[in-house]
Amino acid sequence: MSITLQEVEHIAHLSRLALSDEQKAKMTETLGKILNFANELQELDVENVAPTTHSLPLKNVLRDDEPRTWLTQEEALSHAPQSENGHFKVPAVMEG
Amino acid sequence: MSLLNDSIRNLHKKIQDREIKPSELVSASLERISATDEKVRAYLSVHGEVAMERAKQLDEIPADAGLLYGIPGAIKDNLNTKGLPTTCGSKILETYTSAYDATVVSKLNDAGVVSVGKTNMDEFAMGSTGENSGFFPTHNPWDLSRVPGGSSSGSAATVAAGQVLFSLGSDTGGSIRQPASFCGVVGLKPTYGLVSRFGLVAYASSFDQIGPFTQTVEDNAIVLQAIAGHDPLDSTSANLSVPDYLAALTGDIKGLRIGLPKEYFGEGMDAGVREQIEKAIQTLESLGAVVGEVTLPHTKYAVATYYLLAPAEASSNLARFDGVRYGLRVEGENLIDMYKRTRSEGFGEEVQTRIMLGTYALSSGYYDAYYLRAQKVRTLIKQDFDAVFENYDVILSPTAPTPAFALGSNVGDPVTMYLNDIYTIPVNLAGVPAISVPCGLTNGLPVGVQFIGKHFDESTLLRVAHAFEQAAGFSARASL
Repeated sequence: MSITLQEVEHIAHLSRLALSDEQKAKMTETLGKILNFANELQELDVENVAPTTHSLPLKNVLRDDEPRTWLTQEEALSHAPQSENGHFKVPAVMEG
Repeated sequence: MSLLNDSIRNLHKKIQDREIKPSELVSASLERISATDEKVRAYLSVHGEVAMERAKQLDEIPADAGLLYGIPGAIKDNLNTKGLPTTCGSKILETYTSAYDATVVSKLNDAGVVSVGKTNMDEFAMGSTGENSGFFPTHNPWDLSRVPGGSSSGSAATVAAGQVLFSLGSDTGGSIRQPASFCGVVGLKPTYGLVSRFGLVAYASSFDQIGPFTQTVEDNAIVLQAIAGHDPLDSTSANLSVPDYLAALTGDIKGLRIGLPKEYFGEGMDAGVREQIEKAIQTLESLGAVVGEVTLPHTKYAVATYYLLAPAEASSNLARFDGVRYGLRVEGENLIDMYKRTRSEGFGEEVQTRIMLGTYALSSGYYDAYYLRAQKVRTLIKQDFDAVFENYDVILSPTAPTPAFALGSNVGDPVTMYLNDIYTIPVNLAGVPAISVPCGLTNGLPVGVQFIGKHFDESTLLRVAHAFEQAAGFSARASL
């Protein structure tokens, strides 16, 4: 299975990446090679195999719901490229 | 001879006996860094003043000072260190300073460690050479024209260069063990869940583990002891008591069963590496270990499995770098455009490739064929290890198929590059622990032997690694 330029453009959009035409061409080739290599997994019979998401049998890990000292609003905002009135600031989302 | 050319245990005794002060040790470390790091480039940031100030505070030595009290160490730049830069080797975090300490960093601080700097790495821990650093490549102290390995390139190189007694790295597919092998130092990837990942900038959350680089196995056990243990802030941290790792270093491995996976000893292994590994096996047999051939039948699928699952997790983890809360922002025509420009300008090529690959594997129409199938193959690989460990205590292999290669020599085909990780990746898929120990030189370059253990059986791993180290007597050091 290979990947097309159109698919690369679609995946770049989903990945929130702005690729140049040159980068798209190179990415198509690189991903094609990797996916081609990954196709060796298709030869295995995994019909009755359960997927592993995690190497330890941990389930529903919860800790006590107790407040603890953590970052202040000021500290949390101190790394933001833009902030205003105690909020992170982003470009306008709605038009008009 | 530098003060630092000693074991942590000896230095601890000298500190306790008031023969040396923490400030003298830290000063020696900073001097060694200024004398050698122009060539090695192990550090993205050195914080000399902060380190000296802290060391002087420690000069008043309490009676109950622990083994790591006053010992200079270094931290990989994907571990958060409050008030200090944490860049993950990426332009996207070039100006970021941490707002809090990772749990391992707090634990080391509590133990009296003095961190002297943050080490270079492949961007977001993606790479096996250190050359994917967004800033500059690190050089191998044994031969400056060669790579130190990666992704914990600086953490391995700084210990090999004698700049610090130990460092922390992270290992997702071999990023501690492979550079340890290339740089002739000891590197341990603990069992998934033994060491808290809180404050480690995530690459692939179901694989990442933090572990130590040191000159010796004993030093490694000392650092592991300090960082291991349950952490309520990491929901994947195992709630188990931590054994006494130093007590495991008995030197006795009579009757220990060591498996050699036949799939690892096939084609692709450098002849010089093979020679050193065969010598290592003889040494272990002479110590009374029982060696037998075993099979891990799904080995050939491990690299493909990893390169679907890890990028899938990475594509999700790295979504947080969006120009809103921290790091770089490149303005755009609208919000989506701002995201895209920020990420494409901030991330390097390998990171963008893995984000694309992971997004593809998770995307509608390909999820079952790639991601879900890879998760199922992961189960088969894990079962391979379970089956061997029914009859064997540890598995032995080379850490890497070759010694360190030349800088700039391996930039072509991604698949060729990924196959360098063939002996280390299956360990992360199974979540078991493994250690790389120097076992000899080939053409003047270090070769590492890898021991793989059962889940949470670091004690046996350290015992065999220590016994081997003592018997093999590898004492060569990089000369700089």
